[in-house]
Amino acid sequence: MAKVFIYPATSLILSDMVERWGHSPLGAAVAVREHIQSPGLDSPPLQMTADDPKRGLKYAAVEVPSGVRGRMSLFGPLIEEADAAIIVNDADLAFGCMGCARTNELVKYLIRKRGVPVLDLVYPSCDEDGVAFVAAIKAFLSDLSGGEP
Amino acid sequence: MSQPVRVAQLSCGPEHSGVQKEIYDAAAAVNAEMFFPDVTLNDIRESYGAFGLEARSADLRLAIARAKALVEGRVDADAVFIATCFRCAEAAIVRNELRRYIHENSDLPVVSYSFTERTTSGTLLTRMEALTTIARRRALLAREVQEGLTMGVDSGSSTTKAIVMQDNRIIGAGWAPTTNVLGSAEDVIKTALEEAGVARNDLEATGTTGYGRFLIGEKIGADLIQEELTVNSKGAVFLADRQRGEATVIDIGGMDNKAISVQDGIPGTFTMGGICAGASGRFLEMTAKRLGVDITELGPLAMKGLSGEVPMNSYCIVFGTQSLVNALAAGSSAEDVAAAACHSVAEQVFEQQLQEVDIKEPVIMVGGTSLIEGLVHEMGKLLQTKIVVPPHSQYIGSVGSALLASGFIRGDSGEGA
Repeated sequence: MAKVFIYPATSLILSDMVERWGHSPLGAAVAVREHIQSPGLDSPPLQMTADDPKRGLKYAAVEVPSGVRGRMSLFGPLIEEADAAIIVNDADLAFGCMGCARTNELVKYLIRKRGVPVLDLVYPSCDEDGVAFVAAIKAFLSDLSGGEP
Repeated sequence: MSQPVRVAQLSCGPEHSGVQKEIYDAAAAVNAEMFFPDVTLNDIRESYGAFGLEARSADLRLAIARAKALVEGRVDADAVFIATCFRCAEAAIVRNELRRYIHENSDLPVVSYSFTERTTSGTLLTRMEALTTIARRRALLAREVQEGLTMGVDSGSSTTKAIVMQDNRIIGAGWAPTTNVLGSAEDVIKTALEEAGVARNDLEATGTTGYGRFLIGEKIGADLIQEELTVNSKGAVFLADRQRGEATVIDIGGMDNKAISVQDGIPGTFTMGGICAGASGRFLEMTAKRLGVDITELGPLAMKGLSGEVPMNSYCIVFGTQSLVNALAAGSSAEDVAAAACHSVAEQVFEQQLQEVDIKEPVIMVGGTSLIEGLVHEMGKLLQTKIVVPPHSQYIGSVGSALLASGFIRGDSGEGA
């Protein structure tokens, strides 16, 4: 079983597909769950505090906007943990929303820089592309060690 | 307690910066309720397409859709708070365009703010208070004439001022540097009452504004305790006799600056803050001290100099001081250095704050710094307009307070409206 980082990290469809083929998805749900389950935090709505952007300094310099660093404090550790990644570019909002364009650029750069296997896809625009899209994800996940064929 | 003011939040990043709670806290302190306008996925797709600004960030697209929902009346709100990350270029573009769009297409008061993870509720409080005041006290802010015998006290970061007014005339004034907040207030109140020739018990209503407004207001039992954004804009249009129509009020203070776009005496959009003290009256105080002149002499000195002769950038007060010291060491004249300092402060305010409000004439400069004619001259050059400096412009907060406090004499303040 491989840990697969998904982009958009909020995509429930991608998360579900990774699980279906026997792997563990790394997405926003995981990172946010850890935050809201940590005792002692009370900063709604994501239970993030001003310390999180400081933790994000590991991934982005202090000149980078605080919201980018805060988001990186969630996504950065997941990227470090990843054995593989699926990146869906130009996805529809309904497929999974990554709020900040600058964070998105950095997330994609860091995952590619890690050197793990990455499946880079474009969001399908018709049924035919959709079938090929799912097939490509299935083939990628099946080839990962521990995956289900 | 009156109904909370419903403030619509259009934002990108505050929850991830850990400052959402600070926004909620600031709102709660002024009995406001933040909410995120509901929009559908289709609204988002259609709205940002129709708006025409191709933001890459999904949260900014959402903010655009929410702004359109407010303007088109699909969502009700009393005021709008726009917040995005400091340093994000894309967010700065969207923030500015949304502020302008809402201002031009609705009556909703708007304030925009760029935050860092260090933003606290205290920083946001005055802005939030101004938003709720505009929404809640429209009737009071529409007051154009001071009636009866009232007093206004303005406790600023540098100076404390008091004004006594009777039947639309100023009859007493007091001014002192702010040291002990209550002590300074007592001094200026005493001076103003003596000059007016009235006793404290004769006053029919009192108001306070400025940083020390709560402390002083509680001490003197003020009828009105109100932030300086709405009070100063009211005082400015009153003194400049521009109560009707459009105006822009600029107040370069000792610690922060205010730029307010006013319509019929009521603020529409405003900014408050500044990047560094280099863009405030504090830098001019330092310049005067370094030149060995009194602050009152700095303006006339600057008028004799040429600002272009000395390179100076007071983006940061330390760098600005470096430029000042270097220029003097290189043999520049005190006149040229004074002019350059005035130009630098005006330029910083112009670049950092005036871009955030729509400049509409007349431009009225108020506050103690409006008495520095070199600064007013440089601001006029940058804005290419003749700046109006009304009489008693340094007492603007006190005058606004005394004027608005008179609304409480007969209980027609519009409270709770």
